[in-house]
Amino acid sequence: MAIRCAVIGVGQTHHTACRADVSIAGLVREATDRALESANLTLADIDAIVIGKAPDMLEGVVMPELWLADALAAHGKPVFRVHTAGSVGGSTAIVAAQHVMAGVHKRVLTIGFEKQSDGNAMWALSVPIPFGMPVHAGAGGYFSPIVRTYIARYGVPGHIGAMVAVKDRGNALKNPYAHLHEEGLTLEKAMESPMLWDPIRFVETCPSSDGAMALVLADESTADAHVAATGRSVAWLHATAMRSEPTMFAGREQVSPVAGEMCAADLWRKAGISDPAKEIDAVEMYVPFSWFEPMWLENLGFAPKGDGWRWVEDGVTELTGSLPVNASGGVLSSNPIGASGMLRFGEAAMQVMHIAGDHQVPDARKAVGHAYGGGSQFFAMWLVGSEKP
Amino acid sequence: MTRDVAIVATAQRPMEQQTRLTSVELIAPTIRAALVNAGLERQQIGFWCHGSCDYMSGQPFSFVSAVDAIGAWPPIVESHVEGDGALALYEAWVKIQTGECDTALVFANGKTTAGPIDRILTLQLDPYMVAPLWPGADALAALQARSCLEAGVVSEAAMAEVAARSIAAGMANANVGWGSAADEAELLTRPYIASPLRAHDCARPADGAVAVVLAAGDAARSLCARPAWIRGIDHRIDTQRFGARSATESSSAAIAALHAGVAADRVDVAELYAPYSHQELLLTRALGLDPARTDINPSGGALCANPQMAAGLFRFAEAADRVHAGQADRAVAHSTSGPWLQQNLVAVLEGD
Repeated sequence: MAIRCAVIGVGQTHHTACRADVSIAGLVREATDRALESANLTLADIDAIVIGKAPDMLEGVVMPELWLADALAAHGKPVFRVHTAGSVGGSTAIVAAQHVMAGVHKRVLTIGFEKQSDGNAMWALSVPIPFGMPVHAGAGGYFSPIVRTYIARYGVPGHIGAMVAVKDRGNALKNPYAHLHEEGLTLEKAMESPMLWDPIRFVETCPSSDGAMALVLADESTADAHVAATGRSVAWLHATAMRSEPTMFAGREQVSPVAGEMCAADLWRKAGISDPAKEIDAVEMYVPFSWFEPMWLENLGFAPKGDGWRWVEDGVTELTGSLPVNASGGVLSSNPIGASGMLRFGEAAMQVMHIAGDHQVPDARKAVGHAYGGGSQFFAMWLVGSEKP
Repeated sequence: MTRDVAIVATAQRPMEQQTRLTSVELIAPTIRAALVNAGLERQQIGFWCHGSCDYMSGQPFSFVSAVDAIGAWPPIVESHVEGDGALALYEAWVKIQTGECDTALVFANGKTTAGPIDRILTLQLDPYMVAPLWPGADALAALQARSCLEAGVVSEAAMAEVAARSIAAGMANANVGWGSAADEAELLTRPYIASPLRAHDCARPADGAVAVVLAAGDAARSLCARPAWIRGIDHRIDTQRFGARSATESSSAAIAALHAGVAADRVDVAELYAPYSHQELLLTRALGLDPARTDINPSGGALCANPQMAAGLFRFAEAADRVHAGQADRAVAHSTSGPWLQQNLVAVLEGD
């Protein structure tokens, strides 16, 4: 029943700590204009717009899509807003794709953005009493006990988190859009980085970024016509999946949440993947703290339980490894929160479109974009390929 | 080629003001009631979606606690819109159209009285040029109403007629019940709160929760004796720039109504989310409704009880209930968002 859908345009901003040179609208248009140029379309060609971002408190604008309609020339069109915590960039791309797969629209623009410099993420992400425990430690304080559990459970050596950081920050040097371009980071230097939330060091932590990602999604006939007219490549959607579970309950598995395992299993089933580690060429994984790379390798079913860290140590996830993870530098190198999930989805598309430039995984044919949010409870994934499903 | 999708069950929590309950406490029994009304267990729901607004609850990720209310274990397929639950219903409708699921449960809660809603809605405005002026939602609506009066599009008498009719309907609505009857002449003697708006011209803040169950095709027929089929549904937006749009019409509502197919046949009932009395008149015109033939806001609408971010989904529940009960063959449900009816969602519901 569902109609085939492809990513025909990808555009992102140069991410940095403070984009003082542009307004929120300017930031959104920078990504949008690049995505439209890549799709060889203009705003007039777009049927509907789906916008995602993290809590409105990060910028202090309530439902900013209403105001942004003007900057996106959307008057008279549908504008839809998604908000699903840290996974929002991924969920937003999926909701946008569903408009195409359902046959409701043919050309949908989807945008994820965050202008973190307009607010204070530590404040916005530390839920005050009476709503929750008064941790006031941001996301790092929330996740560090979970990382410690992972380390204790499998006896993981202490340098694994630093290895991921060195890899991702190294990959970011090949990505001109990445926020952090940290030359000369070595394992030794990373291990000397200040401890923020034991065992998470400063260098193992994502930055706060301003940035946006935009994608143009199209139905099969539009995508075919685009390829024929421009000779450019597109990324075909093979599958999408979403799962959610409660934040806490007695006995909840938080190192490898069931919702994440179910989300990945659903993705592999829908896309006909029986051996993910062999069949997937590139992964853009949501890793805001470096230790989550080995944890998600296991949660998504790439590595057996307890082996994720060994894969990191063996270099499997390096750009030159057999399963490159975050060739773009990942969330660890750029984190405009509401865009971070869509950056993963968009970077996965760029890999199979073979337009990733210096951080291109050679001959990538199938790639996965992954995002998670809340207390490791919201998951969104998509699998894109160079060929039609 | 669209799938036939219907609203098969609804549940409304009776409106309150200054409720002492949390959002979760408002939502959980309402969801349970909708499931009971549909005759479904929660594990049989293919997709969950809801609408809310962080600024109204004063905390980021306020919707996360709703996942606990759902009882999301084993894990579920779920999404959330920052906005009215009516938009969540639209997302669920799209999801069912992809064929990925056959049922969906959509819910929303609005605790409008928990915070300064007039100031919160002001934060929807251009953060650089307009919001710093802190105009306030009621004052902006008053500017629109004044423009409409001066253009002869509405009259104060017509606005009072809307208010009097809504108050009476709200008193008769078992889920509202409050208010005191007043005729139009008496309403017109009351003081302005933001000229030309009087208190009864403005939506009355309320706290409430609503849930709606959607099902496709045969599933809908098996769950409901008379499903309220969604024959058309569409949403559109206008620019927010006040100097660049007409104050005296809602073009996005008209476009959405056109795509939803409102004009194709007689409309028995229309539930319109009009936060101000003059906006009901603007919407009636934009949707091409004939008040002589269409019963407009028989629930009393948002003027009687406005649980912000749920009021639009309440309109869907009210319209669907009338189709389910056989009181209407063809109903229109509408939701709005933003200043001056900036964004509008319109759906046509039909019985078999």
